[in-house]
Amino acid sequence: MNCLMRSTVRCLQRSSSVYLMNNVDVHHAGLGLFSTRLMCSAAKDLGDLVKKDKVVVFMKGTPAQPLCGFSNAVVQILRMHGVNEYAAYNVLDDQDLRQGVKDYSNWPTIPQIYLNGEFVGGCDILLQMHQNGDLVDELQKLGIRSALLDAEKESK
Amino acid sequence: MLPGVLCVRPLSAIFGFTRPLANFTPHMAPNRPVEGAIRTKLTQQLEPEHLEVHNESHMHAVPAGSESHFRVLVVSPRFQGLSLLQRHRMVNDTLAEELKTCVHALAIQAKTPEQWNSDPSLTKSPPCLGGSKGDHTMEEKLKAGSN
Repeated sequence: MNCLMRSTVRCLQRSSSVYLMNNVDVHHAGLGLFSTRLMCSAAKDLGDLVKKDKVVVFMKGTPAQPLCGFSNAVVQILRMHGVNEYAAYNVLDDQDLRQGVKDYSNWPTIPQIYLNGEFVGGCDILLQMHQNGDLVDELQKLGIRSALLDAEKESK
Repeated sequence: MLPGVLCVRPLSAIFGFTRPLANFTPHMAPNRPVEGAIRTKLTQQLEPEHLEVHNESHMHAVPAGSESHFRVLVVSPRFQGLSLLQRHRMVNDTLAEELKTCVHALAIQAKTPEQWNSDPSLTKSPPCLGGSKGDHTMEEKLKAGSN
């Protein structure tokens, strides 16, 4: 349970729109709140971002509170496989990121999933990979053992 | 191939699964230009043996009559030998203009005729969690769709 709490916090921290990049402009917004303008459209920055973690998800909302049914489906599928530690970026908090990731991936919609720095696809593809067993294999390649394998073992 | 317990998980809480084949309406309503364009382009580019285009905008936080959220099912021999990602990119590229302007969400199922024959089902989209509400970029897309 502790592990789940830690990983949930990590997900939430990562899914905040405020994260440090190489080139960051910090300026005061009208309400006196700090905001960061990220040079996310630069392919290099996004390239680093998607490689930093084994599993990276660009979504609407956060894993704790998805704001889109398709993004929620991605979170649920990963959870089923016991993948709770991953980088989740909320594109609704950052329009530069939202457009930047679409340009970088050459993919027009959100959510987007990266495994080991490689673009996998959106919700539909992840669902099919889950249904046909490919997701278990892909996670295994990353050194992540899917919880479904343990569930299968227990049921025997 | 993994045992059934791994392949078929009860995602019913998130997704509805496999409903009977929807009837394909060959006529395009004049007040559904985006749907018509999607149907025409997919037909021309992918030469499908079977095609379904579903406007799912009513399931989302957008005004009635919108054409912003779609689900397409494309069955084409042109998908043979292609990965899921390659197939979906083909569909995305075909509908690039619509995706850049008025279509906000596009759910895709891209099957070969063999895959379709062995499993003729349409995946149901998950319930909306209101992401489009208050999303100012949606206003632009809806305006583009109504032009």
